[in-house]
Amino acid sequence: MESKEKLRAPISQKPHVVEKPKDPSYIGGTISIEINEKKLSVPLGTTILEACKEYGIHVPTLCYHEDLCMAGVCRVCVVEVEGMRTLQASCAFPITAPIKIKTSTPMVRKARRHIIDLMLSEHSGECYSCIRNSNCELQKLAKEYGVDHYTFGHVDKPRYEVDNSSYSVIRDMSKCVLCKRCVRTCIDLQEVGVLESLDRGRETHIGTFLDKPLSDVICINCGQCINRCPTAALRANDPSDEIWNAIDDPNKHVVIQTAPSPRAAIGEEFGLPAGTSMTRQMNTALKRIGFDRVFDTNTTADLTIIEEGTELVIRLYKALVKKEQVSLPQFTSCSPGWVKYLEHYYPEYIDNLSSAKSPQQMFGALIKTFYAEKTGIDPANIVSVAVMPCSAKKFECNRPEMNDSGYKDVDYGLTTRELAQMIKEAGIHLPEMPKGDFDSPFGEASGAGLIFGATGGVMEAAIRSIVEFVTGKKAEDVFEKANIIPLRGFDGIKYMEIPIGNEVGTVPDILKHLVPDWNWLKGATLKVAVAHGTANAKKIMDDIKAGGKFSECHFIEFMACPGGCLGGGGQPIPTTPEIRKKRAQAIYAEDESLVVRKSHENPYVIRLYEEFLKEGPCGHKSHKLLHTHYIKRGRYIA
Amino acid sequence: MKKIERKGEVIFSSYKRGEAIHKAISMKREDILFEIRESKLKGRGGAGFPTSTKWMLVSAAQADQKYIVCNADEGEPGTFKDRVLLLEYPELVFDGMVVAAYTIGAKNGIVYLRGEYEYMLNSLEGYLDEMRKDNLLGKNICGKEGFDFDIIIRLGSGAYVCGEETALIESLEGNRGEARNRPPYPVNTGFMGKPTTVNNVETFAVVSHIVIKGGEWYKKLGTDKSTGSKLFSVSGDCDKPGVYELPWGTKISELLEIVGAKNTKAVQVGGASGICIPKSQFDRTLAYEDATTGGSIMIFNEERDLLHVLKNFMEFFVEESCGQCTPCRIGNVKLLEGVEMIEKGKFTFHHINNLKELGKSMQVASKCGLGQSSPNPFISILENFREEIFNGNGGIHGK
Repeated sequence: MESKEKLRAPISQKPHVVEKPKDPSYIGGTISIEINEKKLSVPLGTTILEACKEYGIHVPTLCYHEDLCMAGVCRVCVVEVEGMRTLQASCAFPITAPIKIKTSTPMVRKARRHIIDLMLSEHSGECYSCIRNSNCELQKLAKEYGVDHYTFGHVDKPRYEVDNSSYSVIRDMSKCVLCKRCVRTCIDLQEVGVLESLDRGRETHIGTFLDKPLSDVICINCGQCINRCPTAALRANDPSDEIWNAIDDPNKHVVIQTAPSPRAAIGEEFGLPAGTSMTRQMNTALKRIGFDRVFDTNTTADLTIIEEGTELVIRLYKALVKKEQVSLPQFTSCSPGWVKYLEHYYPEYIDNLSSAKSPQQMFGALIKTFYAEKTGIDPANIVSVAVMPCSAKKFECNRPEMNDSGYKDVDYGLTTRELAQMIKEAGIHLPEMPKGDFDSPFGEASGAGLIFGATGGVMEAAIRSIVEFVTGKKAEDVFEKANIIPLRGFDGIKYMEIPIGNEVGTVPDILKHLVPDWNWLKGATLKVAVAHGTANAKKIMDDIKAGGKFSECHFIEFMACPGGCLGGGGQPIPTTPEIRKKRAQAIYAEDESLVVRKSHENPYVIRLYEEFLKEGPCGHKSHKLLHTHYIKRGRYIA
Repeated sequence: MKKIERKGEVIFSSYKRGEAIHKAISMKREDILFEIRESKLKGRGGAGFPTSTKWMLVSAAQADQKYIVCNADEGEPGTFKDRVLLLEYPELVFDGMVVAAYTIGAKNGIVYLRGEYEYMLNSLEGYLDEMRKDNLLGKNICGKEGFDFDIIIRLGSGAYVCGEETALIESLEGNRGEARNRPPYPVNTGFMGKPTTVNNVETFAVVSHIVIKGGEWYKKLGTDKSTGSKLFSVSGDCDKPGVYELPWGTKISELLEIVGAKNTKAVQVGGASGICIPKSQFDRTLAYEDATTGGSIMIFNEERDLLHVLKNFMEFFVEESCGQCTPCRIGNVKLLEGVEMIEKGKFTFHHINNLKELGKSMQVASKCGLGQSSPNPFISILENFREEIFNGNGGIHGK
């Protein structure tokens, strides 16, 4: 994550950053404090909460979130500081002087209990009829403080109408406890800012511009707010009832494609530690639930690499050889949150977006054409479901242009959380499932498709293929084990230069109709960049607008969510930097264990071009089925 | 506007426009700080933070810009002394700001004017223009090389919470009026992140006099812990409501006599967020160490229903809480509900006691002064007027 200092939120919600000394052993670099009469020393500027955590002292929190700047609004984390008249919010108190802290005095316990009671009094609904039952931070606090009755009453009916206008995010403000995590997520983490506090006093609520429905404002559907909501005030638009109906309908052929990130995270819903890969267990579970076919989205991720990579080659060839005006750098288009962000905030750059569809939508178009033809099933009877780590995928599959197969290409986008719920509902404990395989014809994929799940993964996959295509060398000979380390990790923005050198290879067969040779790339340097979280995307876009370093890039990967898809808005709750790191480790470990690790070596993809997309990448049929167009939405909504 | 003849030993004593500025620039900065410290002047907005300490902290802060903010968001119910100062004694207020700027090294001053005082805007702007003409503002003020300072006026939009200094600064920056976390304090990280001193209108007015006559002179008035005099905005059941300058340490009974209050049952000292004092305690003194106030004195005679008074206060807080922190946003609603329960006789003493405890939690756990003081009337009225309120009213269990 980037430094928290340059955030856009008002100072009322900003952390007071006291610069921590580089070497705490300097005089004044370390402060001696006392917590519960235990003498400790902490670096200058540590918050009381951090100090307590460091020394294993539990302090309850609610509005605090590791990913976000602090707000200090819920007041649950108050502690006593000797000499101060009032209690202090430990999350918001930087230690700059020797202080004595008490975390569990009668006054502190009473105040916390009162605060929890107050929140419960305004929090509508009952736990047993709530989607966040047993994964709710308010419920957890109530249990921790032994709340057995409503001291200050309880609302008997919802205060606000549920806003279910969006395909992706549903807002039930009657359950909101006004921790403002969503506000901070939207404005600071994502630089979108569609949510803000409206009105004041008892009428205070989180709302959109003029309280318009979410579908009418410039929400990008990333769902990061859902992942950070402590209650069920925000949730994804769940299609599982319709999916159950399709499964139970004998006339429907229900197929499901599974993206890489849900597999690395779904175990968390079943109590497994983060980073436990459940790929094969999930295959079995999906079959047992009743899906007719289980496919691997990674196959079309590989296809995306071929199509998007080819598109890049075409753009570069036009620019460098034919001296035509083309839009460069080319932007990836796999992340529907990012696509909508660009459409709203930088509509003048939509020509830079790769016209290649996301893997999900390529899959959808192929299932109702190629697969339907092959199996002889009427595409009208095929129900196509996609398990995604993402809430924006729900919006994407409902985009009106996504029906190139003649039908709605993907019928339902299902999040990791919703799938876990379906599995539980079917009486299945996922970790106990025997391992199963994907179904043909989209069964095996390469490691390149798999790492799409992590930030930098799309770029790494693309580079593996492009380097082999152009230089004729093996990716393993250029990068150790074909792992492209500079593109990995969670730095907000990553940048890499890849010199092509003076030796070029021969043009592979599938690209021969597009370029005669690679001589025009001799001595060139390929410049690429990666950004995750739209706040980081904004930095790159502003730099491009200003003609900076990134405007000279050739190819840039953008992911709307922090960490990439593995941190998506459909992933298990909670999310923290640590959890995302573990999910990434699981994905990269699985990649290394595979034999095929390059998209162009995926046998299914090769066969697809031989049998179906005969004009090759970016050919006529590809264009019809696998490519799309975008809308200049702008920031102003009518 | 016709000027009412006002008498007082400090603020309402004679003063010549620009006098304090001329005196100040002939002094060393640390000498001014010394005089302010000698005077033991405390913030006149109500919180009573020592002015000299605040100014010293800003003086000591290292920054390329420092700001002087005059808090003219006079929003406490029953307070109207700042209005009088701004309308009738603007020279005291603005000269005080210039003195402050000279002392701490600020180049910019901002008056945060209550939205409802918009009608004063033109005359105040006109007054500032005159100051500029006479070189009491602008570059090299009164010939003092390198002393540049100017004042702008910004209007509030009618939120009570913006009288809280950090919420005021948020509002000045164009954000929603919500209190910030403290620390850091505005003296380090204030307006636009720069060291800022936020003082009440009256504090600046007093400074103008202290600079001329000295701290020693000032502290002869008042009590040891509450030096000097104070403007009181007196309203309610009395013959002569208005703004009075009285020395700190004046007894409530003395004040009632001066303003011609008869049959007084209760005095609300410190506005809606203050405390309600019953007849039996009228010998208490008005002072920081006893019954403190930012100026508001509301007088209620025997005919007033104090439960009704309390309800009015609680309705005010329910509406004026900024809605940011839990204790204040929901706590005030619960206290108001409690008042309504008593009104209808549908309460239990168990619940009312719970609410009093809740009030105490709000006092310590709320994020800013609003929520920390809003339970004051609830607690003080229910405690001090228990008999009146619960007389014959035993709640749902009856009596």
